[in-house]
Amino acid sequence: MADPMRIRANMTGDKVEVKVLMSHDMETGLRKDAQGKIIPAHFIRNVTVTHAGKTVLAAQWGTSVSRNPFLHFRFRGGRPGEKVAITWLDNKGENRTDEAVIAGG
Amino acid sequence: MRIHRVLAGVLTAMLPCFAPAQQDTLKEIERYRQLLQESNPAELYQARGEELWKSRRGPKNASLERCDLGLGPGVVKGAYVRLPRYFADTDRVQDAESRLVTCMVALQGFTLEEAKRNPFSGTGVPMITSDPFSGVGQRSVMTDLVAWIASESRGMAIAAPMSHPKERLAYQAGERLFYYRAGPYDFGCVTCHGEEGKRIRLQNLPRMTNPKDAQRAFGTWPGYRVSEGELRSMQWRMWECVRQMRFPELEFASDASIALITYLAKKAEGGTFDAPAIKR
Repeated sequence: MADPMRIRANMTGDKVEVKVLMSHDMETGLRKDAQGKIIPAHFIRNVTVTHAGKTVLAAQWGTSVSRNPFLHFRFRGGRPGEKVAITWLDNKGENRTDEAVIAGG
Repeated sequence: MRIHRVLAGVLTAMLPCFAPAQQDTLKEIERYRQLLQESNPAELYQARGEELWKSRRGPKNASLERCDLGLGPGVVKGAYVRLPRYFADTDRVQDAESRLVTCMVALQGFTLEEAKRNPFSGTGVPMITSDPFSGVGQRSVMTDLVAWIASESRGMAIAAPMSHPKERLAYQAGERLFYYRAGPYDFGCVTCHGEEGKRIRLQNLPRMTNPKDAQRAFGTWPGYRVSEGELRSMQWRMWECVRQMRFPELEFASDASIALITYLAKKAEGGTFDAPAIKR
């Protein structure tokens, strides 16, 4: 089971500013271990952010994204007290969803 | 008319440039540090470390919540900045990691070997070492715990005690080790850290005999190494420096490693602890 994400969601003016820290190895599949064997690729493929039943961000990621990725974005239409849900899905089919409540700005 | 308005806009936008430049630069650096801190994956390690501290593990199925880090059983707040220190029960000076080893053995019933296994997390480092340290993507309980314990001292003043004779002895041993040159390159800690303005590639090297440098160096470990994608502890920092000097491997949580850390802690006395930090 993957570790929980750390999510901060704050109102900045009329927008919601979201900062997400994800815990993921993000292996490229190009590296070798101490025995010289290739470490299989393991990376986040899709990131989806939903708010009030609507998708506010959808991203396709690849192996060029760093380990333990940090995602920072803003969207309109959120209010304090509402929830933002973030989901990632990786190439091994593992996934994780976490929620955060939007804090006042 | 329109041009005037545009001009006025441009001028207003430029105004901040005319404010005292020095102050602005400092402010910007501060803002940049804060931005980095917000994206510091060390937080993920801290969260795991706190969980591990509270979770029942080992043959005795016990948590570490009764572990004495120097301020009494279970007190974590402010413990890291007052380490290394002398512990009566083990009759030796210990740093955070070696103390955790003691607690894992005493409270959780692990063997010494089990407690010391895999002290550093994951990838990148152990290019030359054998198994205990290596394993790609392997997590280290020790690293997670230290990340959390260190984070509970953020913002406090570094104040390793020096009242016990063994603490002073550790400091003296650390000083000797710091100046000791040997190995195929006749290297010592002092080769890189004894002079002002030294660097490796673009990394400025702290001069450990200069309090300001020492405070900044000591106060930012543990740190998340972006280039390695891992959190690194003070024990790892010592281990890695010793490896780079082509010395025999520095044993994890050994008296030599603790002596070096004691020396550095004393040199950094009074500095503000700001770890886990994020590093290039």
